[in-house]
Amino acid sequence: MDSSLPVSPFKTHGGVDILSRKHTAAQESAVLPPPEEVVLPMQQHVGAPCKPLVKTGDRVLIGQKIADSDAFVSAPIHASISGKVAGIVKISLAGGQLVDAVRIVSDGKMETSPDVKPPEIKDLPGFLAAVRASGLVGLGGAGFPTHVKLAVPKGKSVDTLIVNVAECEPYITSDNRCALENTAQIMHGISAVKKWLGIHRVMIAVENNKPDVIETMKKAAAGDAEIGVLTLHSRYPQGAEKVLIQSCTGRCVPMGGLPADVGCIVMNIASAAALGEYLETGMPLVKRRVTIDGSAIKNPQNVIVPVGTYIKTIIDFCGGYREKPKKILMGGPMMGVSIASDQLPVIKQNNGIICLGEEEAHKMEPTACIRCGRCVRVCPMHLMPTMLEKFAMAKRVDDLQEYNVMDCMECGSCAYGCPAGRPLVQAIRLGKALVKARRKK
Amino acid sequence: MEEKDEKLVISSSPHIHCETTTRRIMLDVIISLVPALVASVIIFGPRVLLIVAVTIASCVLSEYFSRKVMKRENTIGDLSAVVTGLLLAFNLPVSVPPLVAAFGGLIAIVVIKQMFGGIGQNFVNPALAARIILLNSFPAYMTSWTKPYLYLHPAAATVASTSDALAGATPLALIKHGAAANQLPSLLNMFFGNRGGSLGETCTLALLIGGIYLIARKVISPVIPACFLGTAALLSLCMGRNVAYDLLSGGMMLGAIFMATDYTTSPITTKGKVIYAVGCGVITMLIRNFGNLPEGVSYAIVLMNILTPLIDSGTRPAAFGKEPAKK
Repeated sequence: MDSSLPVSPFKTHGGVDILSRKHTAAQESAVLPPPEEVVLPMQQHVGAPCKPLVKTGDRVLIGQKIADSDAFVSAPIHASISGKVAGIVKISLAGGQLVDAVRIVSDGKMETSPDVKPPEIKDLPGFLAAVRASGLVGLGGAGFPTHVKLAVPKGKSVDTLIVNVAECEPYITSDNRCALENTAQIMHGISAVKKWLGIHRVMIAVENNKPDVIETMKKAAAGDAEIGVLTLHSRYPQGAEKVLIQSCTGRCVPMGGLPADVGCIVMNIASAAALGEYLETGMPLVKRRVTIDGSAIKNPQNVIVPVGTYIKTIIDFCGGYREKPKKILMGGPMMGVSIASDQLPVIKQNNGIICLGEEEAHKMEPTACIRCGRCVRVCPMHLMPTMLEKFAMAKRVDDLQEYNVMDCMECGSCAYGCPAGRPLVQAIRLGKALVKARRKK
Repeated sequence: MEEKDEKLVISSSPHIHCETTTRRIMLDVIISLVPALVASVIIFGPRVLLIVAVTIASCVLSEYFSRKVMKRENTIGDLSAVVTGLLLAFNLPVSVPPLVAAFGGLIAIVVIKQMFGGIGQNFVNPALAARIILLNSFPAYMTSWTKPYLYLHPAAATVASTSDALAGATPLALIKHGAAANQLPSLLNMFFGNRGGSLGETCTLALLIGGIYLIARKVISPVIPACFLGTAALLSLCMGRNVAYDLLSGGMMLGAIFMATDYTTSPITTKGKVIYAVGCGVITMLIRNFGNLPEGVSYAIVLMNILTPLIDSGTRPAAFGKEPAKK
């Protein structure tokens, strides 16, 4: 397979130019003072939920494992502050599902657990076990357990590691800041993956609106000829896995396939940094960098917070609200989930909390589709959103399947540019649910 | 602690929008038609404004009342009825009686557009379909062409309003009837619109300016105009006709730039647009060369409009990952 490092990105289809709104890119990340309490939901990843290993009244220390699961696709959860377990509570996640959560009240000491020590790794299984033990999941938003991602399925070979710093979502700059502030850990994480998986081609993929990141990464990678920095066009959704792989390698992940099918592993840069830190210090994933921004926020900035910190606590740290928020988003404005309360905890894969004020949250009233074809033109998956919407509303499941509704990644490019303001993504989600319901039958 | 803030909005992503609206697009089309309107007033006189006002008023009122009768939300705010009115006027001779023009607007909006569900649902271009219906209902009014700048000589007009000398037979009609080359307007006159024809179709320069504006604003893609005109030019060459006259005469420019590019009645994908536009060019030239009529743009576009759903279903893009893998 090809092992050369491309100097310019390959061609991809569709996408939209969106005002990047990266107000917080130049500002150093702040560290949140230890919060009084945290709530750690048992589901902070794609896969099976964890079961609590602690009970009310237990004293826990930072980095201590408090929940795990027997399932392969899952990731353990660790205490992010030291203190007492105040209870196992039910909380609703951003998507509305009710899950168990461990509530920890701080003792103010922020004491680290004696379990926290650098892992000793001898072989690939040992490496994967260590990655699992770190509780690491994809920090870019998907939350896919990293040890699963790094376990290359039998019969497939991977020749390329792509480190994702595209960060194409407006507002979000946490990966940007991570690249600048955690460069050493990132390189450490990358070399570990290279070493244990035997990969000889690493591409750090950055959108061209982050020249400082490109420069920093180029400097950091200068010593290793197998690591290159690839400058991508700033075009949403550049960071979407399939689009990114095509940009970096020209390879096209087959429909329903995985990156490994085309010899690639894509890792978010914050995940690489967290992996590097874990291998160095043994500290599992207990904190993360979150971009706090949006028109309703007084002092937008990146904040490093213990996982499980209440959103409200972080917003208060950022000076509170400038105006009453109309919408609070977990994630960016293109793919983020709107939540019902700022009393939810930050979970592992939250890269940003965006609070939109009245004007910014304004949604236009949908009018009739004028068949302008913009949605088809911008769809990175070459689908026809306008047709999918019609089929979904008419519950035409055969047509939905025929038009590949399941291949939609819900990037929102179609609805963003729709002059009639059609709720295309919403309709497509309904369409997917209809197809899933049929498959279950 | 779990108290919900009732004021927070929950909705599906994406949470931001590009600000382009149907109304903005229609406004761009209106802006792009202004140069041709100005040219038309200069060429054919102030009566142009009367006809334009009548068709726009007729279209907007028809839209307003038909929505009201059907108990549906009012849609005149999207400005699409204004666009239809303008385009309809552009397809009429300046001498058309206002009542006939108004009737055209009524047909376009009520029969062609609203009866099929309103904006985005009509299967043919409303302005073109209305023009065709008028052409067949009032052939005399619809083919009596006025010479350019006649309005500057009111005395001449009253003396011999029916004489051949004043009838501004269109260049295409002249060609059809085997006119000698010296009877045709010069190409420069053709380009600036100094010729007989429908009131908005004659000034190629103004129409091109409008087209460039629409392409620059990304309202239309150049695919349809380019393929339409390119095909027509090629066929004209093969048929041994005068290519320049074919491109500059009749409704060729107006049709290729403004009528054939109507979103609702043209295919969505680029491949579809190519097929559609080539079809428009072929049918136009077949009618011009072999048909009884001197002009074929309207019929060509309407026929291809009808084929659009078929073209669309035949040119569906291959979904990502279904293409042959590039390695």
